[in-house]
Amino acid sequence: MKKLFSKFDFPKLPKNDKLKIVFLILALTFLIALPFFGFSNYWMNNLVKVGVYIVLALALNILVGYTGLVSLGQAGFVAIGAYTMTVLVKDYQVNFFVSVLIGGLIAAIFGVLLGLPSLRVRGTYLTLITLGFGEIIRTIIIVWEPVTSGPMGIRNIPTPSLFGLELSLSNGGLYYLVLALLILVVLFSHFLFRSKTGRAFRAIKVDEPASIMMGINTTYYKTLAFVLAAVISGLAGSIYAIQLGYIDQNTFTFDMSTLILSIVILGGMGTIRGMFIGAIILVLLPEVSRALMAYRFVLYGVILVIMMRFRPQGILGWKPKKPYHVTKNARMLFEQGHGELVKLNISNQE
Amino acid sequence: MKKPIMNKNILEVKNLSLSFGGIKAVDDVSFNVGHNEVVSLIGPNGAGKTTIFNLLTGFYKPDHGEIFKGDKKLNDKSPQEIVKTGISRTFQNIRLFSDMRVIENVLVGTHIRTKYSLFDSTFRTRKYRKEEDSNTAYAMTILSTLGLFDKKDQFASNLPYGDQRKVEIARAIATGAELLLLDEPAAGMNTNESIELMDFVKYLKSLGFTILLIEHDMSVVMNISDRVYVLDNGSLISEGIPSVVANDANVIEAYLGGTLNVNNQ
Repeated sequence: MKKLFSKFDFPKLPKNDKLKIVFLILALTFLIALPFFGFSNYWMNNLVKVGVYIVLALALNILVGYTGLVSLGQAGFVAIGAYTMTVLVKDYQVNFFVSVLIGGLIAAIFGVLLGLPSLRVRGTYLTLITLGFGEIIRTIIIVWEPVTSGPMGIRNIPTPSLFGLELSLSNGGLYYLVLALLILVVLFSHFLFRSKTGRAFRAIKVDEPASIMMGINTTYYKTLAFVLAAVISGLAGSIYAIQLGYIDQNTFTFDMSTLILSIVILGGMGTIRGMFIGAIILVLLPEVSRALMAYRFVLYGVILVIMMRFRPQGILGWKPKKPYHVTKNARMLFEQGHGELVKLNISNQE
Repeated sequence: MKKPIMNKNILEVKNLSLSFGGIKAVDDVSFNVGHNEVVSLIGPNGAGKTTIFNLLTGFYKPDHGEIFKGDKKLNDKSPQEIVKTGISRTFQNIRLFSDMRVIENVLVGTHIRTKYSLFDSTFRTRKYRKEEDSNTAYAMTILSTLGLFDKKDQFASNLPYGDQRKVEIARAIATGAELLLLDEPAAGMNTNESIELMDFVKYLKSLGFTILLIEHDMSVVMNISDRVYVLDNGSLISEGIPSVVANDANVIEAYLGGTLNVNNQ
C-alpha cells in the first residue's frame, strides 16, 4: 500500500496559516452573500439576532473569558445603548450613527461605575453586584417615564439610512450593519488578545496578586475590561433596538444576561470562534425547535448540563497548538543580540 | 558586565517593624544588599521571612522603619511603583499565569516597560509593532539565556516543577529588575534539583543580577550566599558570612530548639 501511494505525487497541503486565510475568505464571502439566498423576513430576523448575540458574547468574553470577571448585568448595557439611540433619534432627530456612538459612550460611563466595585469586591460577590446593576437599569426604564415612556415602551423605532439607502431588515441593510459591527468587534478582540492590554487581562484572570507584582495596575485594567464590554454591548444594543422596532423594560431582562453568559461558556471562554458556535446554537435552537413547544427549553437545559459535564472548557475551547507567532523582525532582533542578556538589561534601564 | 558600584547598597532596610494584632511579625530588622551580591534570609518556619518580602514589594506597609532601593524610599510606594524601581520577586508557591504560554508569561513581565496604548495595539501602529517586536526578542533572549528557549511555546502549567521556577525567574527578569527576590526557590525540590537550582542562582549572579534569597533549609544557601541574615520570631539573631553564621550558637539554638528541649527529652 505504502509503495503504491508513494508513486503518486500528492500535492502538498498548504500551510496551516494559508488554510486559515482561505477559510476566512470563504466564510466572509459566504456571510456577505447570505442575504442573496432569498431568506424570508423571519430568517433574516434570526440571522440579525444571531449576529447581535455574537457581538454581545464577544463583549462579555472580554470580561469573563479574558479578565475572569463574571457579569450577569450585560442586559443593562444593551438597554443603555438601545434607549439612548432610540430617544436621541426619535425625540431629538439626531443622526442614527451619531446616536449609536453616544449610546456607546454613555454605556462606557456606566461601565466605569460598574467597574469601580470590582476594586474591592471579588468573585461571586462582584457577579451579584452586576446582577443588581442589570435590575437597576430595568427599574430606571420603568420609572423614568418622561424619557423612556416607562412600561409603555417605545414603538416605531425608525430604521436608519446610509446615503439615502434604508438599512431595513427586508433589504438586508440591517444584516450588513450587524455584519460590519461584528467584523470590527472580532478584529478588535483578535488584536486585543495579543497585546499588552490583553496579556494584562489574562494575567489578572489567573492570578491577581502575581500580576500586581508584575507591575500591572489591576484597578485600571479591570475597569477597562468593564468599559470595553459596556461599549460593545451598547453598540450592539442600538442595532438590536432597530431590529425589534419596539423596546420596553421586558426586552432587557435577566434572561438576556444569562443567555449571553451561556453563549460565552458554551462556545468556549476566551476564544473568538466559540462565540459564533455558542450564539448559533443557543439563539437558533429555540427557533428551530419550535415544534417541541415548551419542551424546547428543556432541550436547551439538557444541552447546557451535558456540555458542562463532558466539555467544561466549551465546544471550541481548546488551547492553540501552533507555536507562538514570532514576527520576522522580532526573530531578527533576537538573533542579533543572542545571549547578551546583561547588555540588554542595562540598555533597558537607560 | 555591570560595574559594581562599591560603597553603595542596592537595598537598605532600616529598623523595619510590622505587627499583626499583638504579634510582632517583623521586629526592628535592619539589613542591606550590595550590588551583585547573593544575600540570604534564613530562619525557621514563621520567622518572618516572607513577611519581609511582602514589605519590600509593597504588599504590606511597615509600621516603622525605612526601605531604600538606591536613593529611592520605597515605604509609601505601591507594589506597581516598586517593580518600576527594579525589584521583582518570585513566590514560594509558584504563581505563573498557567493559561498562558511560557513566552507570554515573560512578556507579561515586560508590561511596565511597554509604552504603546490600546489605540496602538488595536490599529497595529508602527509604535506597537516596534515595541512588541523588541519585547518578544527580549523575552526570547531571556529564555535562551536561562535555557528555556525550547519550551517557549508550551503552556506554563505543562512544565515540570523546576522549569516553572525558572520561568518565574525569567518573568521577574523581564520587568527589567536588577534585584531579584527569590522566595524559597528550592521548596519542594529534591537534593539534586536544589543543587541544580543553586548553580542556577550562581549563574544569575554571573549575569550581573543581585539576589536576595529566602531559604528555609540552611544547607542549601551556605555555598552560594555572600552573606546570610538569620531571622527568628521576627528579629535578626545573626548575620555574616555563611561559615560564621553556621557556627553561631544563637542560630543553632533557633534551628535545633535550644537546650531546654534537649533536657526535656
